[in-house]
Order: sequence, then C-alpha cells, then structure tokens
Amino acid sequence: MTVAIVLNVLVQGVLTGLVYGLMALGLSVIFGIVRVVNFAHGEFAVVAMYATWLLFVTLGLDPLISLLPIAIVFFGIGYLLQATLVNRFVGRAEHEQFILLVGLGIIIVNGLLMIFGPDARPANLSYSFDSYMIGPVIVDKARVFAAAGALVVSAALVAFFRYTATGTAIRACADNLTGAAVVGLNVKRLYALTFGLGLACVGAAGALMVTIADASPALSQAFTLLAFVIVIIGGLGSMAGALIGGVLIGVSEALASFFLAPSMKSMFSFALLVLILVLRPQGLMGRRA
Amino acid sequence: MSRPIRSRHLTRRAVTAGLGAGLAAGVAPFNIVRAQSSALKIAVILPRSGYLAQAGQSCYRGALVAPKVLADYGYKVELMHVDCESSADVARTQAERAINDGAQAVVGAFDSASTLSIAQVCEQRKIPLVVNIAAAPQLTEQGYQYLVRNFPTGGMLVTNGLKLINDVLAATKFDAKTAVFLHANDTFGTAQRHAMDAIFPHAGLPFKLLDEIAYDPKAQDLSVEVTKVRSLNPDLLLVVTRAADAIKLVRDMVRQRFEPKGIISPGSPGLYDEEFYQALGPLSDYPIYNIPWANPKSQMAQALEKVYAPANPKYRFAVECFNVGFTFEALLVAAAGFKTAGSANGPEMMKAIRATNIADHVMIGPPIKFDAKGQNVGIPSAAVQNRNRTPTVTLPADVATAEPVLPMPGWHQRT
Repeated sequence: MTVAIVLNVLVQGVLTGLVYGLMALGLSVIFGIVRVVNFAHGEFAVVAMYATWLLFVTLGLDPLISLLPIAIVFFGIGYLLQATLVNRFVGRAEHEQFILLVGLGIIIVNGLLMIFGPDARPANLSYSFDSYMIGPVIVDKARVFAAAGALVVSAALVAFFRYTATGTAIRACADNLTGAAVVGLNVKRLYALTFGLGLACVGAAGALMVTIADASPALSQAFTLLAFVIVIIGGLGSMAGALIGGVLIGVSEALASFFLAPSMKSMFSFALLVLILVLRPQGLMGRRA
Repeated sequence: MSRPIRSRHLTRRAVTAGLGAGLAAGVAPFNIVRAQSSALKIAVILPRSGYLAQAGQSCYRGALVAPKVLADYGYKVELMHVDCESSADVARTQAERAINDGAQAVVGAFDSASTLSIAQVCEQRKIPLVVNIAAAPQLTEQGYQYLVRNFPTGGMLVTNGLKLINDVLAATKFDAKTAVFLHANDTFGTAQRHAMDAIFPHAGLPFKLLDEIAYDPKAQDLSVEVTKVRSLNPDLLLVVTRAADAIKLVRDMVRQRFEPKGIISPGSPGLYDEEFYQALGPLSDYPIYNIPWANPKSQMAQALEKVYAPANPKYRFAVECFNVGFTFEALLVAAAGFKTAGSANGPEMMKAIRATNIADHVMIGPPIKFDAKGQNVGIPSAAVQNRNRTPTVTLPADVATAEPVLPMPGWHQRT
C-alpha cells in the first residue's frame, strides 16, 4: 500500500464530506433558528436531485448552473412551507413537529416514485468520467466541482448571516426570541426566510450531489440520517460545525472503508456519533445548553 | 287489507340476516365448483420500489405479460401485484395480506431476504410459494414444504460461473494471474461469497484471489472500494453486483483510471440492466456475467418475447429476459401445478408442483423438475458478454452467438 493510495482516499473523503456538509448545513440552520428539526430533509435533497436531473436531460443544463435556479425555487418552497404549515407547529410538542415532517417526507418520496418510478436517474455529464492527476493523486473532476460548489454556497450563506441586516436579525431571533420580538422584528417572517434559506442549501446540495450520485427516491432516508449524524457531530445549529462534521464523516467513512471494510463505513459513522454524544453531547462546535 | 308481518321473533334485521345466510349457503357449493374451474389467483410479490426496484420492475414487466402467454398455453391465472419495497419486513406483511385477500399461490420475490420472510408465511398458511429469483441456499435447505425454487442456489451459480470462467479463459487464451472478488454485502452477495469461499479453492482456476471486498449496494458511490481494488491491481475483477451499484462501480473505475483486463460476474444481476447500458454507453461493453439465460430457440421464449415486445416498447427482451424469463417460469410452474391438481387447495397443489416436469419452457436447460428439497438442480449458466450494449451469449459454444473477448479494450478505446 502506498502513500499515494491513502492520499487518494483522504482527498475523496474530504471532497465528498464537503457536499455532505452543505446538505447538513440546511438542517443545522433551520434547527438553530426555528428550533424545528426537518425530518423531511433528505426527501427535499432528493427532490432537488430530480429537478437537477430533469433540467439536465430536458434543457442540457449542467448541475453547476442549475444549482442557482434550484436554490431560488427551494428558497420559495421553504418560505411558503414555513409560512403556511410549519409556523403553526413552532412551539408545539416535538412529537407533533416530528409527525408533520415525517409525513411530509413520506408524501414526497411516494410522489417521486409515482412520477419518476424507482429507477436511479443518472446525469451523464461531459465530465462524469474525467479526473485530474495531481502527482500520484487522482481526483474526480465531478467531485472537485461539487466540493467547490459546496464551499461557495456555504461561504455565501455565512456571509449573508454575518454581513446583512436580515441575517443579523435572524441571528438575533436565534439568540433571544423574546428580545427580537420586543424590538419589533417580524419573527414569523424571519422564520420563513430561515426555512427558505435552509431549503435553498438543501436544493444546492441536491444539485451538486447529482454530479457524484444518481437521483433515486431510495436515497432520501439515507440523506436524512446522514445529515442528522453530521449536525449532531458538528453541533446542532452551528454552521461551521455542519461543514466540519461533513468533512469528518466523509474522511472517516473513506478511511474506515479502506483500512477496515467498505461495508463497515456506516457503522464507523455511527460509532463516531456515539462517541461524540458521550464525550461532547453538544457536538464539536455546538454550544452547551 | 293484510296486516304487515310484525313479530317480536321476525324483525327486519333477522330477515336480512336469514336472507344473507340463505344466499351464502345456497351459493357456496357453486362457489367451490367455480373456484376449481376458474383462474388460479397468484400474488406476485416483487421489490418494485426501494434499492432493488430496478430488477423488481423488470420482473414485474414479465409478470404483466405472463397471463396472456399462459392463457395461450391453456393456463388461467389471475395476478395480484404486490410491492415489498425491497424490505423483508414489508414482504412478510404483504404476503400475509395477499393471502388474506385470496391469493392461492405466491410467486416472488427476487431478493433472498424477502423470499425467506414470505416462505415462513406460506409455510404457516399452506400456500405454495414458487421462487422466481433468489439464490440464498437456505431457502431450500430449511425443509420448507410449500416452497419450490426454479432458480439456481448461490452455490450452483458460483460453481457454474467459475467453471465458465475457466472456459472463457481457455477460449480467449487469456493468461490471468490475479483477481479480486468484490461483492454486495446483502443476503445474496454474502451467500455468493460463502459459495465462493467453499468452491474457489477446488475450482482449478489459474489465477490467485488477492482479496475479497464487501460493499454496501446502497452506497452513493464506490470510490473507496475502487481505490482499494486499484491498490491491488488485479488482472480480473470478479463481481457480485445488484443493480445501480454496477454503474457506480464502472464509473469510479473509469474516473480512477483503473483498467482491469476483465470484469466477470460468477452469477449476479446489474451488468445487464437497461439502465446500465443507458448510463454508461460504450463503457458498459465487455463485462461477462455467467448466469442462466433465455433460450432463443425455445418456442415458449419466442412466444413470450412476441407478447413482451409490443407491451414494453421502452425495454428490450434481450436485456430483460433473465428477470422476465424466470418470473414467467415461476408463474408457469404454479399454473401447471394448479391445472394438474385440479384444485387450488394448497397441499394438493403443492403435491402437483413438486412433481412438475415441464419440457418446453423459457430459460436454457433441461425440463423444469424439483428435487426432494424443492430445488431445480438442472439450471445451467451461460457466459453472456455485453457487446454493442446488448447481452450476447458467448459460451457454451452450442448456444453462443459470438466469441468471448478478453482482455477488455481500455475505457478510452471504446466507441
């Protein structure tokens, strides 16, 4: 076994982990501010994958281009969903929120099965089979593009929350809901904006995911579970934590696959989750409640 | 003017109940007669959604056209199509439900784990289960009385498959020195690995098996698995894939510029699905899979193709004939058992099914017969190679339509 092979594995893990991180970012943002856990998270990611695939096969749009319109549409969907449905459940018992979003997820998956059928839908991009050779390391072009896209979207989201007035207002809601309401912030609108941003992240992640995986309804549960593992490891509500958690899971899965057995990679992720829950329940970047 | 009949002992409810009971009693004997002469009600349980959906849908397409072909051969069947969602738990529940809804026989379920669940239900309810596709040996090793399998066991697949690898190497004069065995880690893939462990050392193959690598067929990509194989740099890659994972495997091999000289499956799906050809184009050519295949010279196979083609314009029979053929044959076995028994009574029908002897059928091989365990032990394999995006029989020579090609051309030499 050579160092080059191990480097290959590491690079693949980091690149995949960045896309995982972007997907988890949406979940983390929504939970961190609205305090509702989106159990239909993976289902929305798969919807975005299908939308991307559809734009590719009908209009020939590359996922890296369709990412933007899909993120905008998903923002709208998220905004409307929060304004019309989820807002009614904010502050209600957690099991009610859980049932609402799990139900929504089931409807989405079955809708996808009815519309597209169960077959996986690949987008055969011009660079699907290309790779870069950097010294001894071979890196998939598609994975590099996807990871770069994930970094750009994450940076844009962080910049929005840090440097815009609306972003600051949303953060104020997360820090002190009562205080935010007292100073006149429209909390419901800000919640809807947050849900929209969370889904925009999911939409972008789904679009990027199409470059490395085929769209299939069967992926939705795995995505939801993966996003949960990542945000719990990174820290629920922490944007940096979601990205770090994503990379950590990507790398640990890759290394476990290589050094132990590929079929053990999920087991390794969950072992990491248990370890974090025991040693640092708030996650790597989370704040202690 | 007559008085209306009103009595404490003869209420409207009592009259209705009496009428109902009378009708039921009066019609019941005719029902029994009709059941014996009408169609056999078969629940076809398949993974039409979930990670095995691609193959499940393919089997389903075979089941959809089967009643017409069977009717032409004098068998009457009525099918209840059931989706087990690629889940053994759902398969069990759906089998119970289908039997409660009147299924007199069950056919299914493509996946070994689901089929094992269904087998337990059928055994309890004394309903015949005819396995269409499922290779786990335990299906016919656990003493089930209401199960027959017209499909090879994992051991048979691997034995036939490895023998054919030897034949392919001899026919192509390719001198392979090393191989890696990469397999899905589900029930089927694990059964194949156990068979490989038992059979490979005695198979007399000229190459060394460097490693056996299990992977999750539901994984989003197989990049690390391919990196691991690449680090071993084998001449041959022996694979047990399921469906979409075969696409991911080839895609990651191309991306990582890993070019094995041959990809051979000792008996598994994935490499001959329409989706595989569509997703990979010329890159889908040259893998070899040693599996049972439809006999193009069989009259029944031709009749099935004749009905299948117009009903499924988007799918090629040449590609789907494995799933379609075995599903059809399972229905044929059940229908023939019903006809011979002259009854839909489970034990009587099962007795007839176990004595099955069907000479004219769809797949290559001798007449369909079952041993004492309910296994058809006479199903041979063929070495089928993808050529111009079409499964092409390359061995045995008497049924081959082309010669096998090894080593495979490089990924970038395909057109």
